Amino acid sequence: MPSALPDGEPVPDDGALPASALAGAAARPLGFYVHVPYCATRCGYCDFNTYTADELRGTGGIVADRAHYADTVIEEIRLARRVLGQDDGRPVETVFFGGGTPTLLPAADLGRVLGAVRDEFGLAAGAEVTTEANPDSVDARYLEELRAAGFTRMSFGMQSARQDVLRVLERTHTPGRPEAAVKEARAAGFAHINLDLIYGTPGETDDDWRASLEAALAAGPDHVSAYSLIVEEGTRLAARIRRGEIAGVDDDVHADRYLIAEELLSAAGLEWYEVSNWAAAGEATARCRHNELYWTGADWWGAGPGAHSHVGGVRWWNRKHPAAYAAAIAAGTSPGQGRELLLAEDRRVERILLELRLRDGVPVDVLTAAGRRAAEKAVADGLALGSALDEGRVALTLRGRLLADAVVRDLVD
Amino acid sequence: MPATTNTTMAAMPEPSHTDPALIRNFCIIAHIDHGKSTLADRMLQLTGVVDQRQMRAQYLDRMDIERERGITIKSQAVRLPWQVGDEKTAHVLNMIDTPGHVDFTYEVSRSLAACEGCVLLVDAAQGIEAQTLANLYLALENDLTIIPVLNKIDLPAAQPEKYAAELAHIIGCDPGDVLKVSAKTGDGVPELLDKVVELVPAPVGDPDGPARAMIFDSVYDAYRGVVTYVRVIDGSLSHRERIQMMSTGASHELLEIGVISPEPKPSQGLGVGEVGYLITGVKDVRQSRVGDTVTALKKGATEALGGYKDPKPMVFSGLYPIDGSDYPLLRDALDKLRLNDAALVYEPESSAALGFGYRVGFLGLLHLEIIRERLEREFNLDLIATAPNVVYRVVMEDRTERVVTNPSEFPEGKIDKVFEPMVRATVLAPSEFVGAIMELCQARRGDLKGMDYLSEDRVELRYSLPLAEIVFDFFDQLKSKTRGYASLDYETTGEQSADLVKVDILLQGERVDAFSAIVHKDHAYAYGVKMAGKLKELIPRQQFEVPIQAAVGARVIARETVRAMRKDVLAKCYGGDISRKRKLLEKQKEGKKRMKMVGRVEVPQDAFIAALSTDDSGGKDKGRK
Repeated sequence: MPSALPDGEPVPDDGALPASALAGAAARPLGFYVHVPYCATRCGYCDFNTYTADELRGTGGIVADRAHYADTVIEEIRLARRVLGQDDGRPVETVFFGGGTPTLLPAADLGRVLGAVRDEFGLAAGAEVTTEANPDSVDARYLEELRAAGFTRMSFGMQSARQDVLRVLERTHTPGRPEAAVKEARAAGFAHINLDLIYGTPGETDDDWRASLEAALAAGPDHVSAYSLIVEEGTRLAARIRRGEIAGVDDDVHADRYLIAEELLSAAGLEWYEVSNWAAAGEATARCRHNELYWTGADWWGAGPGAHSHVGGVRWWNRKHPAAYAAAIAAGTSPGQGRELLLAEDRRVERILLELRLRDGVPVDVLTAAGRRAAEKAVADGLALGSALDEGRVALTLRGRLLADAVVRDLVD
Repeated sequence: MPATTNTTMAAMPEPSHTDPALIRNFCIIAHIDHGKSTLADRMLQLTGVVDQRQMRAQYLDRMDIERERGITIKSQAVRLPWQVGDEKTAHVLNMIDTPGHVDFTYEVSRSLAACEGCVLLVDAAQGIEAQTLANLYLALENDLTIIPVLNKIDLPAAQPEKYAAELAHIIGCDPGDVLKVSAKTGDGVPELLDKVVELVPAPVGDPDGPARAMIFDSVYDAYRGVVTYVRVIDGSLSHRERIQMMSTGASHELLEIGVISPEPKPSQGLGVGEVGYLITGVKDVRQSRVGDTVTALKKGATEALGGYKDPKPMVFSGLYPIDGSDYPLLRDALDKLRLNDAALVYEPESSAALGFGYRVGFLGLLHLEIIRERLEREFNLDLIATAPNVVYRVVMEDRTERVVTNPSEFPEGKIDKVFEPMVRATVLAPSEFVGAIMELCQARRGDLKGMDYLSEDRVELRYSLPLAEIVFDFFDQLKSKTRGYASLDYETTGEQSADLVKVDILLQGERVDAFSAIVHKDHAYAYGVKMAGKLKELIPRQQFEVPIQAAVGARVIARETVRAMRKDVLAKCYGGDISRKRKLLEKQKEGKKRMKMVGRVEVPQDAFIAALSTDDSGGKDKGRK
């Protein structure tokens, strides 16, 4: 989750949503995101809302400590039940624990939070329950506990198979550890495993990147996320590049690495379904269904400091600092800091910018006349598939995936 | 400050009743920073027209820009009483302030024509500068009596003996005749005023002839309308009289006539040799043109005084508002400035690249700089100015002729000859820089006309140069090659036929009108390479490769390529990113609106500004000499 929160209108104390947001909710899938804002150390490139101290003190002496974090989040899940109303009978389709490093909490804590979701809302049959983990923050026993608690999917932050690259990223694990973690997860009974990879780290070569992809594929995950390294303002990495300690990386290099990723991943039977995500071809359950909720405008509740939620066209975000968050929860009020009520045009634009990144693309009927002309131009320019446009969808070609934002700018006209 | 030498109060002659024998009309020729305004201030105090309490520095420089930049744009005339010894009647000194810059040579010449004498004021620590020398030559052409004066003799760095010798050499007098003053302390200023009375001839004119007065300045005032400064040559002008402008035949009533001392003082009229102002209620300085002759409507003169010229713009530049919706504001602003600037001409033009704007003609670079600065400062406009260019006369093979003020309008096809304006340039510099100056002038197609040593280590170089070569960063180059020591003056002398071509810049095959330039054939390649290289850095990568070409006609002389953008996608887009992403998109859409489309190529406005406002577009310091 990026560190900067948007501006918006205030969230009411009780977190109540306008009736319009709840209308027709039954037809929309519901997911839960749980943010865990703790890390053992902060990585040099990270601008997420995360903290390395065990105890965080806010104004008024409220202390947010890791030991009680699960209880605080459970309170928010209960608040979610009140806000959505007892009439909302939807079971939860997906739960995703992200961070931070969720696995810094004891497995039992993660299990208790999941239990709270189950108690308040119920889990749908075949619900997807994922947690992110650092490869060195889990062991076989921890993974078994998670599996026993109902987790179904592990997402490991592998990033690279090269020590030099991991050092630039300031990742603490050693090469080989992610693959071992995948093995332990399989042994613990996890059917779905993702490895996150980062390309375009300063100093990384094409060969380093190929080696990382090959190492990841050799571990046999059914899902790989590959992200170009974004040098975010205010990170240590940005400062080091600014000072000239390490060289920045050209966009063309990112483009080359992306093509390498597509080549190796698809050769190994993984198929792209979102610009940065590949899953085992032909296995519907291999995709991250939780992320698909984000990309298809479904409802999700984000619990924890700085987490964003979206229900029926209302998006809100929680207070960012864990102590401020904990204080709001302790006072029995919504931790929401601001929200926006999306206008029809906002939702249309969001649909375009999110769905265009998906393999199936965005239906032409959400486009204006100018947007449709832009779609035709995108086909002519080799950025979108003519075959898809014939079927009423704008879907990106390989080159189009690399220029997705430029295509979006034209389509939203 | 020494007390005035007046011992008893003498009678003060009244305007319109002043014996011409008592009048001394003089001006001060000086380089910027050599202390002209300070000397004028001291004279105002010593003659008692301004008391200590009212005194403010550089009293006569009206406009803020003038005071800030220390330059005098508009001249004024101040009537000062001065009593020599125990005279019963004081003399009347009319001090006519002259504009100090090359662009206003014509105005300077008219101010000089209103005088019989001139004080040549030179900084005793720096010696004479090129412009001063040029104006001195103008004064000599007008047969003025020259009083050489060294100023700032109180400075430790002053070298009065050296520069007195230099002045004596230039004007052909004895070094002992050079007065030495300190305008700052007032030292020597009373003696200078005495000398003006002693040496400057009294005006001579026919008091009974038809009235003829020469306009040497004309200023628009928001409250009073145009204030016209005149020097009466023959006859007299009276309050309420109907007058006629001889160049246009327009007639006006003299609503007010008077002298400046140093605030306006209305009078019954002005007689032979007197200097003062007229107010007729007209609202535009074009109706009261510098150099024109004012006469009486009834029984007026039939022959105008000589020397009148229409102001002729020499340098043109396209001015475009950065925000297209400011176009009407720009028009209004130009209309306002025009009221006070007879030399300012403009007409609407549109550029595919820059939108709607004006092609504006200027007397020279400083004039351009001043107008642009005033538009930005007084009217709050953000402007893009295209690189300044001169006026070309193009003769086609079929003998038809075109005048080109905008390079993009340079005709295609069968051109027989192209004529460009020429200048006679004078450069003064320490002799150690002669080589560097010659090299620069040669590179700018200059032709050495002469070289003189003003003193042992100071040289005057005279060149014939194309004006176009001077409007392109010449002065900056000159300054940097001479460590700031050289000074430059130039005056236009005519035109020459030259091998000139138009270089176009093409983006993806589309010509960008704002970047077209007319250059000498031998310089076309260098211009093309430089511009293409610069644009390569400024144009953001697009989804396709963008060739940048420089071409003369159909012949490409330089080429660069902006590589296609291969990646424009955010890596992550999850729940917490969506709002931020949408807002970023909205911002990018706004930014896209500010992009100029050249064919399919999106060019940010900033790129145009950056490409046009670098060293070759008439840098900020051009006017400061």
